[in-house]
Amino acid sequence: MQHIISVLVENKPRVLARVASLFARRGYNIESLAVGPTQDPQISRITLVVHGNEDILEQITKQLYKLIEVIKVGDFTNTSYVDRELALIKVNAPAAVRSEVAQIAEIFRARIVDVEEKSLTVEVTGTPDKIDALEQLLRKYGIIEMTRTGRIALARGSKSL
Amino acid sequence: MKGAQILIELLKREGVEVIFGYPGGAVIDIYDVIYETPEIHHILVRHEQGAAHAADGYARSTGKVGVCMATSGPGATNLVTGLATAYMDSIPIVAITGQVGTPLIGKDSFQEADITGITMPITKHNFLVTRVEDLAFIVREAFYIASSGRPGPVVIDIPKDVQQKTTEFVYPEKIKIPGYKPTYRGHVKQITLAAAAIMEAERPLLYVGGGVITSGASAQLLELAEKTDIPVVHTMMGKGTFPESHPLSLGMLGMHGTYWANKAVMNCDLLIAVGARFDDRVTGKVDTFAPKAKIIHIDIDPAEIGKNVKSDIPIVGDARLVLGELVKRVERKTHPQWREEIETFKRAYSPPYKESPKLLPHHVITLIYEKTHGENTILVTDVGQHQMWAAQMYRCEKPRTWVSSGGLGTMGYGLPASIGVQIGNPDKRVILISGDGSIFMKIQEMVTAVNYGLPLKIFVMNNSYLGMVRQWQGCLYKKRYSCTRLHNPDLAVVARAFGAEGLTVKTQAELEQAIDKALAIQDRPVLVDCHVAEEENVLPFVPPGKSLEEMILE
Ligand SMILES: Cc1ncc(C[n+]2csc(CCOP(=O)(O)OP(=O)(O)O)c2C)c(N)n1
Ligand SMILES: [Mg+2]
Repeated sequence: MQHIISVLVENKPRVLARVASLFARRGYNIESLAVGPTQDPQISRITLVVHGNEDILEQITKQLYKLIEVIKVGDFTNTSYVDRELALIKVNAPAAVRSEVAQIAEIFRARIVDVEEKSLTVEVTGTPDKIDALEQLLRKYGIIEMTRTGRIALARGSKSL
Repeated sequence: MKGAQILIELLKREGVEVIFGYPGGAVIDIYDVIYETPEIHHILVRHEQGAAHAADGYARSTGKVGVCMATSGPGATNLVTGLATAYMDSIPIVAITGQVGTPLIGKDSFQEADITGITMPITKHNFLVTRVEDLAFIVREAFYIASSGRPGPVVIDIPKDVQQKTTEFVYPEKIKIPGYKPTYRGHVKQITLAAAAIMEAERPLLYVGGGVITSGASAQLLELAEKTDIPVVHTMMGKGTFPESHPLSLGMLGMHGTYWANKAVMNCDLLIAVGARFDDRVTGKVDTFAPKAKIIHIDIDPAEIGKNVKSDIPIVGDARLVLGELVKRVERKTHPQWREEIETFKRAYSPPYKESPKLLPHHVITLIYEKTHGENTILVTDVGQHQMWAAQMYRCEKPRTWVSSGGLGTMGYGLPASIGVQIGNPDKRVILISGDGSIFMKIQEMVTAVNYGLPLKIFVMNNSYLGMVRQWQGCLYKKRYSCTRLHNPDLAVVARAFGAEGLTVKTQAELEQAIDKALAIQDRPVLVDCHVAEEENVLPFVPPGKSLEEMILE
């Protein structure tokens, strides 16, 4: 089962390396990882998407807590949360199909952020499913390159981690 | 104050009396301060791995934090095996390494090694100090982290310019580590459940490990076992937690455990694990381990709970506090039937201590035990068959009298660890049981032992083999003894060349005199080269991956 876990860490050098090394060493797979600052400059948030059953998740959580710089770990599974991912997709768009591509982007509320004679770059935000769907549709025009940020998430309501 | 002075000042305030180390360009500023600090005794080893093992042996035998030091690059990387050894056995060490100057970091500079990167998976935590202003805080945090909760090694990597820069020295009265709060007190509800389970059980068994020693819980363990009449099996790391001469002690369990200890595990209806981690050398095939038992698991590290074996009543906390609470909540009871059942296990099998005209490791270890009775003695071992024989035959009555590399199984640990033990316990007798393979892994530390006049008693079970590997080849690889035969020099001569006493024992008849002589020498190390039978096996033997029921007995 897929889990989104949020890890609050002290904003110190090598923290990310420690987290990544822990996953590698214990044989856990990371599907995606996103890291960035929080409202407190001393604290960063790492959002991880991982696969595993309850037992594995429990171990992951406990092992994360063993890292001295990890302050808090939360699993969003079975809670109410919002999650988003951002992707940039550069797609072939010669004149003949350009408006078609633009229309597809429009349907997904994706924005065109760069235009060139033969290509368009679209920016899309949403759940991974939505991004997958857009990617699927754009494939037939030829995706030149794309990048995704990995998911980030927050609990719904006034609760915080 | 200069960074190097701040470091030494902090070490003094942490109560550090000894540093095991080896100098080099990147720590020369620190050594310059050591030169004028008589309160701190520096022990010069002959290889940095020896410094780490010595700090480890010092820590295991005294309960204090062991400190070692090495220069950048090769000095630091030489510490690695020692740190991994300490990490696996949860031993508190602070390792100080020099690093190239901050402007040179990341440039593949001379003697640069990313030691914080390298040691990330084998330390509890590590620090690279980038500003001299942070140094005092980091040193205090390092000692606190190393010694609290589940202890472990911590590395402080200090660039040369940080050692040289000056700042105003302020002692950090308070340290704050927001993400680090070890749990010491067990959950009352869980403890109550555990007490009820103990009262209900008909065939309860205590399974105790190194955590009991770390936490200093032996008195509480004894009280609980006696009050509720529960037999005790210990891991190798748990030797000395519970007196082995006690009628409730069943000895060691696991791969080379006693027949009755393993039988008791397989037949108990309640297993109370205290400070033990269900290691594969203990459990054998893990899903067949203690099949009839409800499991109570007491450990200070929450991540140990449910890692290898699911427990019914987990209790996170310090063994001493948890057992103390548990004792209060149980009533006196006895288990005559269960005790009788265990007696039948004991009667069903006696170890294959066959009479032989040859000198056997059993003769040596048993006679050492008979001569000392473990009194005022700390036994150190290396790794291999001799280690298992020592664990089986040398009885420990008190905590911190058994020093051996368990989790990592590091050959070469013994000699440098013995040095640390003797330095930390100048009035105790330190005996090392080693093998002809192991001793050569760190033989250069004989120089250290001689230089400091340490009266170590080193008994080498010389079987001309990497015996433990040979045993596996014998039992599991059709006796194809690939690369395990050793051709050794005369060890007594080697010892004498180092300036130690060297003795040779080839027959049972020569043994007693040699042991007496070794025990009598007080001003230098003695090495007794015991030519034991070459192809003895350690029994019982649970082949790797097999259930404890599948012990090979002869
Ligand atoms: C550093 C290291 N290298 C290799 C091993 C694998 N190993 C485990 S026991 C053993 C043999 C030990 O030989 P010896 O010290 O002579 O002890 P014996 O088993 O013969 O008593 C070996 C090679 C190890 N544990 N540690
Ligand atoms: Mg040998």
